[in-house]
Amino acid sequence: MSMNREGRPSRPEAAEGQTTTFTGNRALMLEEPLIFEMDEADGTGLDFESAPKVQQRLGGFERIRPISLPGLSEPQTVRHYTRLSRQNYAIDLGLFPLGSCTMKHNPRLNEKVARMSGFADIHPLQPADTVQGAYALIHELGRWLITLTGMHSVAMSPKAGAHGELCGLLAIRSALEARGDARSVILVPESAHGTNPATAAFAGYGVENIPATSRGRVDLQALKSRLGPDVAAVMITNPNTCGLFEPDMIEISRAVHEVGALVYCDGANFNAIVGRVRPGDLGIDAMHINLHKTFSTPHGGGGPGSGPVVFSEALTPFAPLPFVEKQGDRFELIEEETAGEHHGQTFGRMTAFHGQMGMFTRALSYILSHGADGLRQVSEDAVLNANYVLRELDDVLDAPFGASGPCMHEALFSDKGFGGGLSTIDVAKALIDEGFHPMTMYFPLVVHGAMLIEPTETESKATLDQFIGALRSVAERARAGDQSLKAAPIHAPRRRLDETLAARKPVLAYREPSQAEAAE
Amino acid sequence: MRYLPLAEVDRQAMLRAIGAKSIDDLFVDVPEAARLGRKIEGLADHASEMSVERQLGSLARQNMVAGDVPFFLGCGAYRHHIPASVDHLIQRGEFLTSYTPYQPEIAQGTLQVLFEFQTQVARLYGCDVANASMYDGSTACWEAIVMARRITKRTKAILSDGLHPHYVSVAETMARFTGDTLEVASPRLVAETDTDRLLAQIDGETSCVVVQYPDILGRISDLSAIADKAHADGALLIAVVTEPVALGAIRSPGEMGADIVVGEGQSIGVGLNFGGPYVGLFACKEKFVRQMPGRLCGETVDAEGKRGFVLTLSTREQHIRREKATSNICTNSGLCALAFSIHMTLLGEKGLRQLAELNHAKAVAAADRLVQVPGVELVNESFFNEFTLRLSTEARPIVRSLADRGLLGGVSLGRLYPSVDALQNGLVVAVTETVTHEDIEALAAALQEELA
Repeated sequence: MSMNREGRPSRPEAAEGQTTTFTGNRALMLEEPLIFEMDEADGTGLDFESAPKVQQRLGGFERIRPISLPGLSEPQTVRHYTRLSRQNYAIDLGLFPLGSCTMKHNPRLNEKVARMSGFADIHPLQPADTVQGAYALIHELGRWLITLTGMHSVAMSPKAGAHGELCGLLAIRSALEARGDARSVILVPESAHGTNPATAAFAGYGVENIPATSRGRVDLQALKSRLGPDVAAVMITNPNTCGLFEPDMIEISRAVHEVGALVYCDGANFNAIVGRVRPGDLGIDAMHINLHKTFSTPHGGGGPGSGPVVFSEALTPFAPLPFVEKQGDRFELIEEETAGEHHGQTFGRMTAFHGQMGMFTRALSYILSHGADGLRQVSEDAVLNANYVLRELDDVLDAPFGASGPCMHEALFSDKGFGGGLSTIDVAKALIDEGFHPMTMYFPLVVHGAMLIEPTETESKATLDQFIGALRSVAERARAGDQSLKAAPIHAPRRRLDETLAARKPVLAYREPSQAEAAE
Repeated sequence: MRYLPLAEVDRQAMLRAIGAKSIDDLFVDVPEAARLGRKIEGLADHASEMSVERQLGSLARQNMVAGDVPFFLGCGAYRHHIPASVDHLIQRGEFLTSYTPYQPEIAQGTLQVLFEFQTQVARLYGCDVANASMYDGSTACWEAIVMARRITKRTKAILSDGLHPHYVSVAETMARFTGDTLEVASPRLVAETDTDRLLAQIDGETSCVVVQYPDILGRISDLSAIADKAHADGALLIAVVTEPVALGAIRSPGEMGADIVVGEGQSIGVGLNFGGPYVGLFACKEKFVRQMPGRLCGETVDAEGKRGFVLTLSTREQHIRREKATSNICTNSGLCALAFSIHMTLLGEKGLRQLAELNHAKAVAAADRLVQVPGVELVNESFFNEFTLRLSTEARPIVRSLADRGLLGGVSLGRLYPSVDALQNGLVVAVTETVTHEDIEALAAALQEELA
């Protein structure tokens, strides 16, 4: 059996035979070819006015060769993408308990607001007088992010969580360099998201791991013994990726600051504490906020995200450009030109324009809709739902840190006790057949066969009870070594897919059959 | 609280099931000093849909909407017509509210779209392979420079002076921390691009040459000679395309020998959105695929032998390789990639060529009309849908005055290069299919009055 680095099988077991249809369709489940297989000569779904006759000024670089882009009429196009959409699971369809991903309901009011022409149809380089409302919106969202986190300032331009991490580390490094003490190492707990060490390396730092305790927390003694003059920062996720709050966080921050280093917090799990805990009260210097998690901007099948970063007072002078500043009754965009006067220590620009405006409108709409009472209720319900899942299942699934008390917004189980060579992936795939998206699998790495379940506040008790019942039944089968689990899913649009084949002989673009043969 | 389904009776029942007396019991790990005992300051309690819509609507109305006025801004973000079906389809919940396709059996919709998107981008750029998207053009550009460093094991990148100044800024920010050397220059207000400078600077220590095509002033130049010289010295050519519609009219960078082609995809399917979210495009030659950043979707089969798609070659990525990954990128720009792909499917080659032809024709007509205004000269000999005017006075105040008259007349080079005196009279004007004859006449008339 082929295994990947996470120790899970990446090649499917052979499937049993099943009834077929002439079309390959199964009632509402419709097979759909690639657009490249549907093309008719000169197809298009758009009509254009005819172009005025002019002398071309293309410098002699007119296209000669065909591009080979297929075109479909509008009805074909609508049907193609509608059919494809039906092969996706989504939060609109049901519980999507991917741990660390905070798949909560995406309110449609936010979609409506983001599409107001005053936000959607304005250009990033318009004169400041013509976009005062847009600057005001960015400023207002920033103000609430500062308030909710108890921090000193915010950088709005980072494009996603990992980009926010980069923003935080560049500010940290700039601050250290400004005092003539660049340093070389970032410490990262072994349970961290992969983006943390990757970001540290992308920012030019070496990375070292800090171990976890048997209670799933950062090992404070190990951390303290490693801290020294070469350490630039510690990146900590809190609540951490085991779904637990770091009770020593204030002590950790104090120890890090004592050696002249800084504290970066991965804010991916902010949903657990929003309205109840302000990271600024924990001694944090920088933290990104995934607007596409805590503040419900839709994940869109892989983005776009948005990762504003809040800073402590110490890091504020080093924040990136551009940013919006309120000057009297007006809002101004501070760019390279005007940074010199007050913001000469900025580390510079990290993206072309001002950030993910389309996500800002949605996130502000979300914050105003929930308000102060609602946001606090969000974190309480998210934590309540996760603890309910944890306690309703810890008799059939091993909860490695269950004995150490309540979890935060996600419940963590291991594959301990599964029989017959079954693993987490088999449970996950069986959940697909039960109509649920699986939990995060094999992460965090500190737990064997990890299953990380984040139900979020979006779920009703009835939905949770159904999910708990489904997972209980699958877990019991796994404990009994039921080999039929290895064939799961059997009701999804596809059976298990061969990841080994995909990586060994990568086919990353469509080729016409004749070209594909020639390339063999 | 319309988004929260738990009723109080549910909460009490669940607390009992857990064995907790109150919700506070679940937050025991939070140190006393960090527990916020009060509500968030200054934030009102929850509000109705109507109330929130009203609040945000009042902010939206304070902006001058591009579609309401004669509009000529470009420089990395372009206003094109987006077919109605694009926005309808991307709002299907199965696309909008799904996650990164980590469970491929129930994400074939997203995965097949990504495979089609990758193919469309690769073909448009004239490359073998493309990835599943980056954040935007500027970050894709830096990632390309990093990739070239990995491939060539050299650290010197030469940036054309026609590269978007924000893209240059992003690269400069990053290079300060990574130790890469960037050779940069400011453009000159002339018809020729800096090809000669680039050819003279490429040497055996060069990792890559980065050239925008068409460039920030709208000029189109031959990339082949740069590619040849770069390759002779063991360096790579990175081409940057900020206006993908141009490639419906002019030949692709891949055809001209570019090794990596990156750019902004916003023009196709994605609105202006005040700068984001946009979609970074990233393509290269097949031999470099294992050095690419970001997600890649690949074809495979399922246990019944049916074709299907998965995310693949993930040993390049952060969730597997951690600090040894090719990039730290995780979330990309999936939904914008979907919008791009749908719009491109509607266009097809025929539509893209028509759209490009229309853009170019309108731009030529606009350039011809605007140079009739006393005090206006055209800098470009070649351009696609964007060109640079040299005004008889500084362009920046003119742009502001035009806005006061209700016209968004272009991007002044003073806005982009505030410290370069020689560029202050430059005005970059973009003319897409959305611009009408009346818009052009209105701009010409207003410019004439402003320059008189």
